[in-house]
Amino acid sequence: MDMLIKFLVAAVGAGTPLLFGTVGEILTEKTGHLNLGVEGMMSIGACVGFMVGYYTDNFFLALLFSAIAGALSALVYAILTVTFMANQNVTGLTLTIFGIGFANFIGIFFLNKSPEGTLKLPEKITAAMRGGAILGLGDIPVIGELLFSYSPFVYIGIAIALFAAWYLNRTKAGLNLKATGENPGAADAAGIKVTGVKYANIILGGAICGIGGVYCSMIINGGVWISNNVGGLGWIAVALVIFANWQPAGAILGSFVFGALRVLKYYIPQSVLPFPTAFYDMLPFLMTALVLVISSMRKSGRINLPAALGQNYFREER
Amino acid sequence: MKKLLSLLVATAMTVSLCACGGNDSTGDASGEATTDTAAENEEAAGDEANAGTEAEGDAAQTEGDSASAGNGVMPAIAKEDLKIGVIHITDPAEGSGYTYTHDLGIQGMQKNLGLEDSQIVRKNNVNDTDATAIENAIRECVEDGCNVIFATSWGFMDTCEALADEFPEIIFSHGTGYKSNGVNFNNYFGRIYQARYLAGIAAGLKTESNKLGYVAAMGQDNSEVTGGVNAFAMGAYSVNPDCEVYVKVTNSWFDPEGETQAAQALVDLGCDVIAQHCDTPNPQTVAEQNGVWGVGYNSDMSKDAPGAVLTSVMWDWSVYYTWAVQSVMDGSWTGENYFGGMADGLVTIAPLSDLCAEGTKEAVEEAQNKIVKEGFNVFDGVIETNDGNTVGAEGSTLSDGDITGNMNWYFKNVVVK
Repeated sequence: MDMLIKFLVAAVGAGTPLLFGTVGEILTEKTGHLNLGVEGMMSIGACVGFMVGYYTDNFFLALLFSAIAGALSALVYAILTVTFMANQNVTGLTLTIFGIGFANFIGIFFLNKSPEGTLKLPEKITAAMRGGAILGLGDIPVIGELLFSYSPFVYIGIAIALFAAWYLNRTKAGLNLKATGENPGAADAAGIKVTGVKYANIILGGAICGIGGVYCSMIINGGVWISNNVGGLGWIAVALVIFANWQPAGAILGSFVFGALRVLKYYIPQSVLPFPTAFYDMLPFLMTALVLVISSMRKSGRINLPAALGQNYFREER
Repeated sequence: MKKLLSLLVATAMTVSLCACGGNDSTGDASGEATTDTAAENEEAAGDEANAGTEAEGDAAQTEGDSASAGNGVMPAIAKEDLKIGVIHITDPAEGSGYTYTHDLGIQGMQKNLGLEDSQIVRKNNVNDTDATAIENAIRECVEDGCNVIFATSWGFMDTCEALADEFPEIIFSHGTGYKSNGVNFNNYFGRIYQARYLAGIAAGLKTESNKLGYVAAMGQDNSEVTGGVNAFAMGAYSVNPDCEVYVKVTNSWFDPEGETQAAQALVDLGCDVIAQHCDTPNPQTVAEQNGVWGVGYNSDMSKDAPGAVLTSVMWDWSVYYTWAVQSVMDGSWTGENYFGGMADGLVTIAPLSDLCAEGTKEAVEEAQNKIVKEGFNVFDGVIETNDGNTVGAEGSTLSDGDITGNMNWYFKNVVVK
């Protein structure tokens, strides 16, 4: 029982970076733009947020700058694909390669300047980023640990996902966004400023990815800088978008399920299920395939894939 | 028309992105230059600390050298004609891991032998699963006039073997594999398990829950990792027969998230010392965060988690690189495989931190003496495994072949959960 609670707590921790990446990518894809640069945007957010945190010792500033850095890297993508109509896949991949390289370069640059030979976040920000029991609620047995023992990122992530769900489904701006992703020509004819909607949401998506990145450098890597610190989580987020069926609320469930599957191999006793560990590495992707099959078989269900995903919008060809 | 224009501009933007990438590498080079000096300082400090052991090692080497001088299989190369090529899998500037420690070794060799900067050619970030990239990197070294080439990663092995045939006048030395041709292609590795045995003593004396955690990169079928687990477990057992070693496998040599999660799972199981055979310091920071202790790997990780690290298991590759290049200069290069240990100074542990339990220093020194002076080889005699079998025989020790290639069992106090 005790181990079960610890497993669930670990699953939530493992799912949180995926939650940010997935919600960010959902907003991006809803504009009709497939941004494969999630890993790169997260890396840039991880790096900038970490460095700001390292030098200011201020958790809020670190979060803010990771979001700004993610937004700026998404802006590069938006300029290339929305305004200049560059190939979305190639641009996204470029952004990933560039983002990882940029983060490692900046990281090594500051590492070389550090007299201790390591970059470790100072105490104040470490305490702030790890959070811990809210108002003593963490002391309640079981529920306290399950609900109130996390880092602030978990609550921020869930809040952002719920906000995104409300924004997509309940606001006019969200409706405009969905219309743009389904059929930009029709949206344009209806008077929606397609370019503006695309820019705004791609940048917003990038900002959310950036916060997910700083989770990697602050929580996963314990506040010590290492190279390649996002370690492929951005790619899993891209897959998770499909798993969540392009719904931010679904992303909450999806990312925590994925997180659980990712930590499962460390918590399941080998004596009970003696599968090779590689089997557990495969599980999240097996789940994605299964969900795709099941959701396409359901009669009432539909896949919320934006119809114009991956296609650039040439107004002249309308 | 506008479409054409936009396409053009898009191309320009992409090219400018590439240019950013280019800047990256030039910047890197300058970054490297600064590491060099920083690392040299560190090296100097390390040298002083190790002066004792190294002097011993050197003495032993000189004896060996004089015995075999002139018996080499390759002609001697004068110092000023030497040019050393180094193939790295990642960038040495990474700060703590595998390539960093190898490059410290190269810098140490350069300093020990007084080579010029221009006599070392480094090829960084050579993907060890990409045969073409490896071959290109090595051929570039050859074209630059290198006559000794060190390839530091396992995946470089087959390409080295092939090119050693093509360039019989060039010496290829490959790290962590097993192949050699006995002439101009050899293999080098070290008895890191000896250092892990000492780390196990420190952990066994420190633990209060009698549960030690071990984050392993690879599973039971990988001899290098499993040998390390066993040596650590045997070291802990030698001072604390009640303790158990819990192993969690990440299935990756580099997986920041997995290493964190594995360490957290071990802490959740009740382990209070977390050892590791993986690249990031994450298991140590997890230990620090949870108020337990740990044993680092590759470099001294007490800088990353000063509140947790008891000691770290470390390589000093400069011992091999210095010996190898010296033997090339003397004409005593034999092309034999090299498998150095603690007596050579190739493997060592970081200075014990203040967190260690009382009596750790004495126990570790005693074991170190047994290994260095009395020929104790950790895997001596009959060893009980955790599935009820035994390995080895009374009065003998496991062969090097068994240690590097056949270590597919766990010591009796190892628990895979």
